[in-house]
Amino acid sequence: MYRSQKLAIKYMVAAISLFGVMTLAGLLSAYYYINPDFLFGILHFNIAKILHIDTLVIWLLMGFMGAIYWFLPDELGREPIGIWLAEILFYVFCAAVVVVAVVFVVVQYGGSDQAGLWLVNQGRKYVEAPRWAASGVVVVMVVFAFNVIATAISTRRATGIIAVLMIDLIPLVVLYLDAFPAITNMSHDLFWWWWLVHLWVEATWEVLIGCIMAFTLMQVLGTSRRIVETWLYIEVALVLGTGILGLGHHYFWIGTPDYWLGIGGFFSALEPLPLLGMIIHAIYDAGTHHMKTTNRPALYWMMAEAFGNFLGGGVWGFMITLPQINMYAHGTQWTVSHGHFAFWGAYGCGVIAVAYLMVQKARALPQVDGQLWKWSFAGLNLGLVAMVGALLVAGITQSMIERATGGSTLQAYIAGQESPWFSEAMILRFVFGLVFSAGYALLVYDLARLGRRRTVAQQTALAT
Amino acid sequence: MRFDEPAFWRAGAISTIFVMLCVLVMLTVDSLSAIATGGSHVPPYTVVNKHIDYVYDAARGIDVPVIGAAQPLFGHMLDDRTAAAMMDKGKLVIQSRACLDCHTIYGNGAYYGPDLTKAWLDPSWEAWQSITGTSTREDAMVKFLMDPVQYRTWTRTMPNLNLSEEEARAVVAYLKWTAAVDTNGFPANFGHVHTDQ
Repeated sequence: MYRSQKLAIKYMVAAISLFGVMTLAGLLSAYYYINPDFLFGILHFNIAKILHIDTLVIWLLMGFMGAIYWFLPDELGREPIGIWLAEILFYVFCAAVVVVAVVFVVVQYGGSDQAGLWLVNQGRKYVEAPRWAASGVVVVMVVFAFNVIATAISTRRATGIIAVLMIDLIPLVVLYLDAFPAITNMSHDLFWWWWLVHLWVEATWEVLIGCIMAFTLMQVLGTSRRIVETWLYIEVALVLGTGILGLGHHYFWIGTPDYWLGIGGFFSALEPLPLLGMIIHAIYDAGTHHMKTTNRPALYWMMAEAFGNFLGGGVWGFMITLPQINMYAHGTQWTVSHGHFAFWGAYGCGVIAVAYLMVQKARALPQVDGQLWKWSFAGLNLGLVAMVGALLVAGITQSMIERATGGSTLQAYIAGQESPWFSEAMILRFVFGLVFSAGYALLVYDLARLGRRRTVAQQTALAT
Repeated sequence: MRFDEPAFWRAGAISTIFVMLCVLVMLTVDSLSAIATGGSHVPPYTVVNKHIDYVYDAARGIDVPVIGAAQPLFGHMLDDRTAAAMMDKGKLVIQSRACLDCHTIYGNGAYYGPDLTKAWLDPSWEAWQSITGTSTREDAMVKFLMDPVQYRTWTRTMPNLNLSEEEARAVVAYLKWTAAVDTNGFPANFGHVHTDQ
């Protein structure tokens, strides 16, 4: 095994661990809606929420990095250049994540000055991590990009997937620099913040997971490189062709000119197209190979990724993307419903698929299957879909009562939140959050134990 | 070149991305001028010296902010520099206390507390003046922000974030300014209230 692949396993272990922290923080955030006095004066909703969404970003990022460090040496036939630096930075990255989490929980708030933003909390959604930690993330990503690009150049063997990956890593690093400003003018601040959130998460990440899924498809189903690369180019063209100006659907209400209503509405309405392409791609490949694979969990998680991405990102996003609807749905639990479904479908399922693939290769398992992964698969997906459904009911209630009827005043907000439709939906969200957590526990157990108990026949086969 | 050739789709991807990026750059240049303070959609910070309202514009078919006569904030007219310094402080308070991990501004943030885009214009402040024993909207807001646990609004109590009076005043000024930004009618149907009491 390459050193890069040993590093990949460490990244995947860290990612799955942070997935657990994210789940716990999500449960806590959900519980505040049911019992607002819980931990009052000790730990408030906003800190739980920060832990939930920041660990979301970091576990997925670590999962992507793990996946790339896993596939890269196989693809290029050599150890990545500068892998020693990446190995050191992995521990620095993990230590920084722990320190930031402790600071969030213990210190919580800094002063209203630049020092507070550098040392404690930047207070910008998704990028609350203080600037010192955000600087560290930049260094880690620069080294990651260097590992990939320098190695590909040195081997003079840039395949189609590697070429897309190399180009994608540049905006991935550059756009993250947007995590640092604290522009006073909120309209200006949000204008650039959306470049980070939309173009980073909904464009560069989509391309990155496209590359990862291309590698995975070739290994899990043995799909030919020609087919995989053709689909990758189609998806890149559609994702960026619709997504770059689809950015405009975030510019409806932040003070920007009203031409964004038409441009953003039109292009974001087309954003489901590449996701539909992924569905067709996945079904075609699985059907061609008669669902035959040596790694059923990886195949099923890949299928979940394709369907989840289309439903969560595409259909759920389309529901609220036209300005006529977004005027009332924006900033409600409807958005939360879309966010949960999209992140899970687009990225979470893909990272889990790669985790199963890595377990199979790392432990030299000829076949990965069993019962446990099915329970985990069911728990995670049922829990997530039911949470999304509950949040959709809560969001529609909020849109009707608070936004459309009440006009978004404080009293209208309270009326929406106190509606039985809303409050009962939030209880259901918490309950199914518990189901999701049980699915997570089974996932960890399954990944940890797979192949640990080999039969005598398997051990003999491996020994020979 | 054939449709099933990867090279065909690679060329398509590159040209599509190039065109879209060019359009995005052009729109970005135009938008940045519109959202600069004092631009067509975003008022200068000194707008806090004026009366602000939010009324339905039949021609545009949406609610729009209307800037009226002089209405000093905290009884003082602010010059450009002082207003800008107050806004800088207000934004830093909002970031340092992670306000947008409970609330939203322009609908962006978290949804555990109400949207603050037009909070300055909220009809509830009228009642809060008597609850806090103050005579103006801005003083009621400052009193609330400095001790939200004492002035509980409902079951979800806002925690005490230890704001100084200077910080609370800066936040109030910031919220008066956001109320004056043209947000293309968001939020719709907001309770119309005159703020000159």
